[in-house]
Amino acid sequence: MAKIHVSPRSIVVPGDLIAEGDDVEAESLFIERRGKKFYTTITGLVSIEQVDDMYKINIIPLEGAYIPRPGDIVIGLVEDIGLTHWEIDISSPYKGILTVQEALDKPFNPVTDSLKRYLDVGDYVVAKVIAFDRARDPLLTIKGKGLGRVTEGSIVEIKPSRVPRVIGKKGSMVNMLIKETGCEILVGQNGRILIKCPNKDIEEVLILSIKKIEAEAHTTGLTERVREFIRKERERRGV
Amino acid sequence: MGGTGAEKPTLIRWEERNGEKVAVRIDGRLPEQLRPIRIEVGVLGNADGSALVEYGATRVLAAVYGPREAVPRHVALPDRAIIRCRYHMAPFSTEERKTPAPTRREVELSKVIREALESVVLTEMYPRTSIDVYMEVLQSDGGTRTAAITAASLALADAGIAMRDLVAGVAVGKVDGVLVLDINEVEDNYAEADMPVAMAPSLDKVLLLQLNGVLTHDEFINALELARRGILEIYKLQKEALRKKYVEVETSTTG
Repeated sequence: MAKIHVSPRSIVVPGDLIAEGDDVEAESLFIERRGKKFYTTITGLVSIEQVDDMYKINIIPLEGAYIPRPGDIVIGLVEDIGLTHWEIDISSPYKGILTVQEALDKPFNPVTDSLKRYLDVGDYVVAKVIAFDRARDPLLTIKGKGLGRVTEGSIVEIKPSRVPRVIGKKGSMVNMLIKETGCEILVGQNGRILIKCPNKDIEEVLILSIKKIEAEAHTTGLTERVREFIRKERERRGV
Repeated sequence: MGGTGAEKPTLIRWEERNGEKVAVRIDGRLPEQLRPIRIEVGVLGNADGSALVEYGATRVLAAVYGPREAVPRHVALPDRAIIRCRYHMAPFSTEERKTPAPTRREVELSKVIREALESVVLTEMYPRTSIDVYMEVLQSDGGTRTAAITAASLALADAGIAMRDLVAGVAVGKVDGVLVLDINEVEDNYAEADMPVAMAPSLDKVLLLQLNGVLTHDEFINALELARRGILEIYKLQKEALRKKYVEVETSTTG
């Protein structure tokens, strides 16, 4: 029989004993097993789920850098141009590599052509991580629907650890933001958010609400509070 | 920083309390009593993680940057992160100005603190990166290295770096034949022995232990136990401080 030592949705810090027993399963990288005991290794929120006879414990980190995973959509900033690749800052300890094969549909000849024509330093791109094994830098692609150079909109940066909260359970938060403001929102897993709004006033309200979510990511009932916040701000500003 | 020519002050007074003879220290504490401890997490905006720790008048600020790309690139390791530590005393931290250049002592302390932190941080989760820990002693009144390690581990946790446990440290000393917890500067200057200890309490492992002076075998065992009790107390305060950072946000927004 499992013994749970913390209450669900409480804040845990490194070294805290979460649970012990044979019927406990850790679902997070940030849970360390020592014998039958499960300890957390990071500051975060615990969630405990009972599936059949197993207790599944998970930790949502509250802080921490973005570690790329294959399949993630990220928003990167072109930092440097090589002969046949771009180096892309994805606000992570590891920089993204975008090769010319993953960017252009036609053959590229570095002798006659320059990469600068397609993406220059300072450009933002929406990209997908195709491979990352920690031994080498993450490989990106901009081939695909919705990927490529960012031509309009604004970028909001938040802490990568707050991204799951901005998206919400099954996208509930981001859908609410879209519905309430009428803006287009694309959340990169690395903590950059691309927004396209009908006008500047709405954009300001949206940025404020994203920053509010970032600051209060660990609290409950946040979606409703942010909804109220947007309505109040829109009323106050008359937009 | 070494006794001056001045006469040695009375460090231990023996008093009658409730019919028992107890040792009272120069600042009025009992031998097994810590100084007032204040811990604050997330005090710096630009760092990824930060903490301010006070043991009485000793005040240390720690800042953590990383995991980030290691520069120069050749110092990075393919299978884990490197930890770089800088323990430094501000020129204004002591009674007489300390030169800001790193001294032999500071280089040594940076090394032992780094080794203590390396054994709790899960460096293999962040290969090819560096984690930089800066500890600045703002005011020194004994026990700065242990306060620094306490602050450093909190700053690491605040930066969201995975670690097996927090680290807490405290110094034990032998003053006029009495074992005392959390030794201060005056006591340290005239102590027979001074032993800084840092532990990972939930792992129950000692991560740093140095000893200046002489202790008998029994005294050493008692001193280590005394340090362990002090560390457990500090450990509780550490966890409280880390949680408080988030509770504060909650109350300031809902209230």
